[in-house]
Amino acid sequence: MRTKIRVGVLAGAVLLSGTAGAQTEIQWWHSMQGALNDKVNELANGFNASQKEYKVVAIFKGQYPESMTAAIAAFRAGNAPHILQVFEVGTATMMSAKGAIKPVYELMKEAGEPFDAKNYLPAVAGYYTDSKGNMLSLPFNSSTPVFYVNKDALKKAGLDGTAPKTWKEFAVVAGKLKAAGQQCVYSTGWPAWVHVENFSAWHNLPIGTRENGIAGTDTEFKINSPQHVRHVQMLADFAKKGLFTYSGRKNEAEARFFSGECAMLTSSSGAQANIRRNAKFDFSVNFLPYHDDIKGAPQNSIIGGASLWVMTGKKPAEYRGVTKFFSYLSSTSVQVDWHKSTGYVPITNAAYEVTKKDGYYEKVPGADIAVRQLANKAPTPNSKGLRFGNYVQGREVIEEEMEGVFAGKKDAKAAMDAAVRRGNEILKKFQAANKS
Amino acid sequence: MEKRVVFRSAWLPYALLAPQIAVTIVFFFWPAAQAFWYSFQIQDAFGINKEFVGLRNFADLIHDSNYLASFQTTAIFSLLVAGSGIAISLALAAMADRVLRGALAYKTLLIWPYAVAPAVAGVLWAFLFAPSIGIVTYVIKKAGYNWDWVLQGDQAMLLVVMAATWKQISYNFLFFLAGLQSIPRSLVEAAAIDGAGPARRFWTIVFPLLSPTTFFLLVVNIVYAFFDTFGVIDSTTQGGPAGATQILVYKVYYDGVKAGDLGGSSAQSVILMLIVIALTVAQFRFIERKVQY
Repeated sequence: MRTKIRVGVLAGAVLLSGTAGAQTEIQWWHSMQGALNDKVNELANGFNASQKEYKVVAIFKGQYPESMTAAIAAFRAGNAPHILQVFEVGTATMMSAKGAIKPVYELMKEAGEPFDAKNYLPAVAGYYTDSKGNMLSLPFNSSTPVFYVNKDALKKAGLDGTAPKTWKEFAVVAGKLKAAGQQCVYSTGWPAWVHVENFSAWHNLPIGTRENGIAGTDTEFKINSPQHVRHVQMLADFAKKGLFTYSGRKNEAEARFFSGECAMLTSSSGAQANIRRNAKFDFSVNFLPYHDDIKGAPQNSIIGGASLWVMTGKKPAEYRGVTKFFSYLSSTSVQVDWHKSTGYVPITNAAYEVTKKDGYYEKVPGADIAVRQLANKAPTPNSKGLRFGNYVQGREVIEEEMEGVFAGKKDAKAAMDAAVRRGNEILKKFQAANKS
Repeated sequence: MEKRVVFRSAWLPYALLAPQIAVTIVFFFWPAAQAFWYSFQIQDAFGINKEFVGLRNFADLIHDSNYLASFQTTAIFSLLVAGSGIAISLALAAMADRVLRGALAYKTLLIWPYAVAPAVAGVLWAFLFAPSIGIVTYVIKKAGYNWDWVLQGDQAMLLVVMAATWKQISYNFLFFLAGLQSIPRSLVEAAAIDGAGPARRFWTIVFPLLSPTTFFLLVVNIVYAFFDTFGVIDSTTQGGPAGATQILVYKVYYDGVKAGDLGGSSAQSVILMLIVIALTVAQFRFIERKVQY
């Protein structure tokens, strides 16, 4: 009796594995939580339902640094996933790991999958493209910092509610808000991303040499220019006068904005959905303020977010599945839906056009600010993106130094000089570790 | 009279020890050896390029002003945690020792925090003191004081010290209470009859007799502050602001796991290993002899 059951179970197992074997499984490790996690599963299920040959399995592996670490450990142990979602600051690390990643353009060519990098939004694709114009990873969730203004608070302070366009106008508005008794006038999420990286791109200033590191790993930071120092000093002066409240290195400031505590905010365009849901006041989404005395400003902003990397050492059939899945993700209908439901920018030109024609931006004002700001002008070498080795550490160094300035312990010049010096050490080390 | 068990079999003792030794080798010696080996290498995150660089990682660390600052931060943090932890728990133990009614309830409540995981303790304190939504922050701000540990390094340090100390007080309390109860009543009573007040009795009789316990706790608390407070820091300040709470262990984690710099991180852990060894030796040389268990 017992042997019979065992045989039965065995036969069943064989049968099951037989059906699973007919479908090629593709592992996708990602870091999307909550509603975004549901959306990612929806994408995988949508693809799986659209064909029978391949099955994409989406697995949440923790936040960005954790999933990247997990994938690195898995790669070292010889069982990396097929697709890995990596945040923008990990780009240089992935790109230099030549034996570990398979560039997307190469993958598409080998599989004969129709693919044209020109279909993708330049400001988005540029970030993940090498200096020859080859796309190395597939852009997935991209956002850019925008400027949120609580219109009700501005009106209460006797203003007409329009957002300031330049930092000069900003200072005036901020002063009036403060005088009207606003507790927290302005705060920012992601300080280094907004006030150093995007500040540079928005004013067409280099963040580092060698096209912000995109042209080569022998790069150095340039963020101690007089313009950078002046900007950081301006923020520190704001902080002293109570016009700027520091909230932390991540998106802590967003909650302070939608709770009404802070009247103005610079943070990711991806925060829109959350703000829209929670804010009990009238707000507007605007372009980042700029300094009108810096020539060429405003240029265009750069993205943040993550892209999908393909790992090496997989079977050709599996790679074919990956290419099919990438084509599915890039298809216009999927992108339009992704853009509308998540607030991330659409990654293809076609998806943007369709959304525009839909009249979606009239219905949800502000939803197009991110794309328009990214495409404000044709990207220059200063505003195409950035690629610094070990930038997880590099960005932290910048944030540490900025915190010193905001706390009133350092002046902006000394802090930015220190950020460059310490940052360059990290770059040198990365260069030494990735010589080949 | 010493009791000794003698094994007649040649292999049995080794067989009995084998599982423990295996665990020690796999989870302690092997990773330690690996860290030691990595500390002389520069390698990329994926381990594709490895290069032997001798002592370069260590040289880099010595020249890294942040690493040296981290040493100082660790020293301040450890002393504050150990010092305030011992002082507070000694005071509590002395008081609990005199309680006549409901002593068990007091003791249980005092021991309770020890059961809380460091990360949970950190989150708890972080919420209470959160710059914009914390209850305690609200009170502090009402009192007209600017509490903002997200930017003010001293306040951030104060926060992690409080969270880390709170968790360790229970442990210290237990030892002190046991120590107090082992002090012969007759000594204290004799002093009382001679006219010594409670304070005098405490400082001239009780405190000296507790000194082995205090010394033991000092070492244990410093080791705790060095290594076991990772969860508290990771769940509150994550080393910030501007590195004000970046203790050595946190930096090892950050550089190795988050930033993918295995060589630098390994070099740091080798240095930490040396510190642990030094502390352990100190413990055995000076304390093992004096502590009465």
